[in-house]
Amino acid sequence: MSLNMIKKASVTLAATLVLSASAALAAGGGGPALKTQNWSFNGPTGTFDRAQVQRGYQVYSEVCAGCHSLKYVRFGNLPAIGFSEAEAKAIAAEFEAEDGPDDDGEMFMRPARLSDAMPSPFANDKAARASNNGALPPDLSLIAKARVGGADYVYSLLMGYSDAPEGHEVAEGMNYNAWFPGTQIAMAPPVSDDGVEYADGTAATADQQAKDVSAFLMWAAEPKLEDRHRTGLKTMIFLIILTILFWLVKRRVWKDAH
Amino acid sequence: MSNPGVTTQVMQWVETRLPIFSFINHSVGTEYPTPRNLNYWWSLGSIAGVALVLQIVTGIVLAMHYVPHADMAFDSVEHIMRDVNYGWMLRYMHANGASLFFVAVYIHMFRGLYFGSYKAPRELLWWFGILIFLAMMATAFMGYVLPWGQMSFWGATVITNMFTAIPVVGEAVTTWLWGGYSVAGPTLQRFFSLHYLLPFVIFALMFLHLWALHTSKSNNPLGIDVKSEKDTLPFHPYFTTKDLVGFGVFFVILAYWVFFNPNYMGHPDNYIPANPLVTPPHIVPEWYFLPFYAILRAVPDKLGGVVLMLGAILILFVIPWLDTSRVRSATFRPVYKGFFWIFVVNGLVLGWIGANPPEGAYIIIGRIATAYYFAHFILVMPIVGWFEKPKPLPDSIAAAVLGDDSAKEAN
Ligand code: HEC
Ligand code: HEM
Repeated sequence: MSLNMIKKASVTLAATLVLSASAALAAGGGGPALKTQNWSFNGPTGTFDRAQVQRGYQVYSEVCAGCHSLKYVRFGNLPAIGFSEAEAKAIAAEFEAEDGPDDDGEMFMRPARLSDAMPSPFANDKAARASNNGALPPDLSLIAKARVGGADYVYSLLMGYSDAPEGHEVAEGMNYNAWFPGTQIAMAPPVSDDGVEYADGTAATADQQAKDVSAFLMWAAEPKLEDRHRTGLKTMIFLIILTILFWLVKRRVWKDAH
Repeated sequence: MSNPGVTTQVMQWVETRLPIFSFINHSVGTEYPTPRNLNYWWSLGSIAGVALVLQIVTGIVLAMHYVPHADMAFDSVEHIMRDVNYGWMLRYMHANGASLFFVAVYIHMFRGLYFGSYKAPRELLWWFGILIFLAMMATAFMGYVLPWGQMSFWGATVITNMFTAIPVVGEAVTTWLWGGYSVAGPTLQRFFSLHYLLPFVIFALMFLHLWALHTSKSNNPLGIDVKSEKDTLPFHPYFTTKDLVGFGVFFVILAYWVFFNPNYMGHPDNYIPANPLVTPPHIVPEWYFLPFYAILRAVPDKLGGVVLMLGAILILFVIPWLDTSRVRSATFRPVYKGFFWIFVVNGLVLGWIGANPPEGAYIIIGRIATAYYFAHFILVMPIVGWFEKPKPLPDSIAAAVLGDDSAKEAN
């Protein structure tokens, strides 16, 4: 490759990046800059911090689950974040799941099993709205991928409540949150200091809970992240070596052609 | 040795009944003469072929798990992501593969524009390329609808609404396309069917493209005709090995996106299930459509926008005749070369405009860039071709590449 070609190739690459960056920008909402965190799952070798994600699950189940479903996550997925199979079964058994119809044609409730999804707090969207001032608490399974900024957005949102600035009218039952599009959110601040008592003894500040539950929701949205990173590193090394070999073969073949 | 490579008796037996080995050899083997000076920009065609095969292979497996039903499509994609073995990898390969397919094809097309590869005798070859591009756009558009997220639904709504601009029958045509009175389940189901079909149409078009290529042979960076055998090298092993390097680089770049940044080129809203009652604040298509989206929105009139956008692609069909230059390669065209790069930048500007809401300065910039897009073809191409004084062309490819002496030896 001549220098000129490298130059042109990099121009092309840069152009592609600019294009996709502008697409990403267009996707982004307004709002203040996100409170970006140094997540353990960031970067090409990132993994989930098991203890943190388990604490996050505790926050989800004790706080958020009162309003938000998590329908793509099953109790059987919990061992992936470090719970033992027995612990996961015990957690599941604390909940009930609808089953049936039985021989009499009746639906019935039974203790939840590993194959059951996390139970939804409301029977349907209408019921959810009825209990939340007309607003719908979205399912949280994919929230960390369905918002620009991902886990950083969830964290910023949870920690983003404040008094409305001068002259800002906040409607009845709404809360001011600069990170929420439109700045008025129907969800009251869900995390507060000592709102939960962590099983592992970590001090449960609001900030700690917000971080933990955001990490948990990232895992819920992208449960194969660790697998992806691991497979990716191996694949990358293999492909780079293969490409270098191809290049050496090519050079060898072309030697007599110049 | 009329059939080099047919070495065993079994091969000979097959060859006399179906000359497949000599066909391969004439197509990509030792008997296909290729200009010796092809650079890596000429690898993008075969890379696009690899990308097509990758889309078909990953797509067929995805289709084994995907459910084309408005109530189940989104769930089935999550099922692929969470429960199917390596489903996440398949899906990320398919989604990012589509993006890189477009990157490869865009570079391939700009290569053709720069080196004058559309000029005689390669007009039909160029035409088949444009048809492939159109079929790709249709395929990718319908593919993006399949996960049935918010952007799927609203992108489909915006784009299919373009058909209502057709005078008189617009409404009827759109209803017919939708299979109802809005984008809904029937639309999803037919888009899935067509999304499965079109890649094979692309495959057929690719064969015609290659047939035309093997008739007129490759152009080259100098843009001059092959004059003697000294100007060429056999495709195998020279260009097979060179293309392998390109494939390697393609897969390294693909792996980066698939494993380390798989959702960057997608839109977060597509992880929200389709909801006909909630319109996203900005509806944007996939990045590879953005320049055309900008042209669509450049004029306030719906029909006008649709005509301009279609025209932006259809005009490519006539550039072999809009370009009046006698010289193919921009390497020897000092004035046109500058205009070429302005055109590239203009294309990027259009992409940036397409990503932004149509308001304020974006509208004005979008209009200027759209006008310039067409001016490049309608004004710059013919006029520069008339007035420009090209630099002197080398006597032959061999003379330019190997130096004059060895070329003389050969003649
Ligand atoms: C009392 C009910 C309630 C609880 C408890 C609750 N939420 Fe919410 N949440 C809501 C409602 C209602 C909305 C919709 C807000 C709106 O649209 O204005 C919402 C919205 C959200 C959103 C989406 C914001 C957006 O960008 O659209 C996120 C993320 C979220 N909640 C996270 C959480 C987390 C994490 C917890 C637990 C720590 C939690 N919520 C606890 C009611 C609740
Ligand atoms: C020219 C070739 C192709 C292109 C450009 C293309 C493009 C796309 C795109 C952009 C998507 C949406 C990606 C996403 O967000 O998930 C998609 C999805 C899909 N495609 Fe293709 N595709 C091609 C070939 C095929 C083929 C041949 C098949 C099947 C035989 C196929 C099956 C699917 C399926 C099932 C989905 C939905 C699943 C998913 O969301 O990943 N595709 N395609």
